[in-house]
Amino acid sequence: MTKGKTQRNTPKLKKGLAQMMKGGVIMDVVNADQARIAEDAGAVAVMALERVPSDIRADGGVARMSDPKMIHEIMATVSIPVMAKVRIGHFVEAQVLEAIGVDYIDESEVLTPADNKYHVTKSDFKVPFVCGATCLGEALRRIDEGACMIRTKGEAGTGNVVEAVRHMRIIKEEIAGLQELSGSAQAAGMKKFAKDERVPLALVEGVVVDGRLPVVNFAAGGIATPADAALMMQLGCDGVFVGSGIFKSSDPAVRAKAIVEAVMHYDDPNVVAKVSEGLGEAMPGQEIDELETKYAERGW
Amino acid sequence: MKIGILDIQGSVEEHFEALRKLRGVEVSLVKNLGGLEKLDGLVIPGGESTTLSKLIEKFGLGKGIQGVIKRGGVVYGTCAGAILIGKKVFGEGGVAKVDEKVKPLGLIDIDVSRNAYGRQLDSFEAEVEVFLKGGAAKVPGVFIRAPIISRIGNGVEVLADYEGEPVLVRQEVPGGGVVVAGTFHPELTEDLRVYEEIFLGYSVTRI
Repeated sequence: MTKGKTQRNTPKLKKGLAQMMKGGVIMDVVNADQARIAEDAGAVAVMALERVPSDIRADGGVARMSDPKMIHEIMATVSIPVMAKVRIGHFVEAQVLEAIGVDYIDESEVLTPADNKYHVTKSDFKVPFVCGATCLGEALRRIDEGACMIRTKGEAGTGNVVEAVRHMRIIKEEIAGLQELSGSAQAAGMKKFAKDERVPLALVEGVVVDGRLPVVNFAAGGIATPADAALMMQLGCDGVFVGSGIFKSSDPAVRAKAIVEAVMHYDDPNVVAKVSEGLGEAMPGQEIDELETKYAERGW
Repeated sequence: MKIGILDIQGSVEEHFEALRKLRGVEVSLVKNLGGLEKLDGLVIPGGESTTLSKLIEKFGLGKGIQGVIKRGGVVYGTCAGAILIGKKVFGEGGVAKVDEKVKPLGLIDIDVSRNAYGRQLDSFEAEVEVFLKGGAAKVPGVFIRAPIISRIGNGVEVLADYEGEPVLVRQEVPGGGVVVAGTFHPELTEDLRVYEEIFLGYSVTRI
């Protein structure tokens, strides 16, 4: 920090907002009413989007950034941070969201990618970015591009947690694999990993020392129940995104609150059991193998 | 001394890592009444004040937090934590309208306005002048969607200000407990002086 000078949009501030969301639940909302329900339930932030992922799946077609009017309405309604999604590589959608003044941008595979070669250069922006990842290399590529928060991709809109679990386990196993090496084998292993994954060696070295990603890492994609959320927390995630899981269930307000409470007490099965009682129907789930499009395969 | 971090949500690990470096301090994470009973000091971390407020109420933790002060301990709220321990909370409409999304615990005689500097794009880092026992010092101040302390009552001492606004305040309550509210995040810096001042400077002799 420069002496005596006020600075904005620094990496510390960008990563810091995600740190303040740790242990919390970020909920997908499509209008101001849903945003209010999410805030009342105890969400740490809302993700404004036009359609929840399960509807995007059902409707098909190209999914894009939401109408700025809707995002403004949500920002005016809630006092918690508001996030919104842009298509992979669509840096003008990102410029628009920055002009609106959202608190975080999700460069998301749930929307239809706009560029099949490049992701957004996120370090060019003042607003911080969160990005999805399926493995350590992908997470570090996004961080190298300037992402200040990572989430597992999971498989959004399915109500099926299996892919989020898989992505979280892969990231953990890859970190552990590098940590288990020692001496010159470790130095060589880190160098090879950095080369193969096209990421700076310093990022890999940092991950090996810390035993975790250098930014907050949430779970996302397929979380539908309090137990799903607690599972992801026990696997070491810093918090959870719930997309279709809340507003596609039979009683969104009650389920949202239950998931928030389960995330706080993720390591206490008695609390998770209690909050799981009488929630009504969870969102309808889908088998991953039967999907026409796997969103997690978008991005690289 | 035993210091707990209220482990509901937010910058819990960051406070834990910072306090672990202080000599003579035993740090723990607490999320139930039993854990709160054993503490000499408590940090309510940064996070989302609406979320924290709802979960404190749901799990009945308010009494346990008050208990720390009643026993002569120190409660230090940072950012969202500062919002939670004041008397009144105001929202974006200024001090005209009480923000009912947060139910403050009323442990220190201050009022706080949420998100008073603006949204994330208005978050900032700046040096903050702190009035320590040993004299004035500059510490790094990290302000993230920070609140402003809009009123301080009698007996509330200003420990730091930024551009004329109090950003760290302290009140000794009858019976010997101490409540401190700060709108910036020492847990996101390497500078431990604010913690030393709050937890070691004032309380170590008392407990």
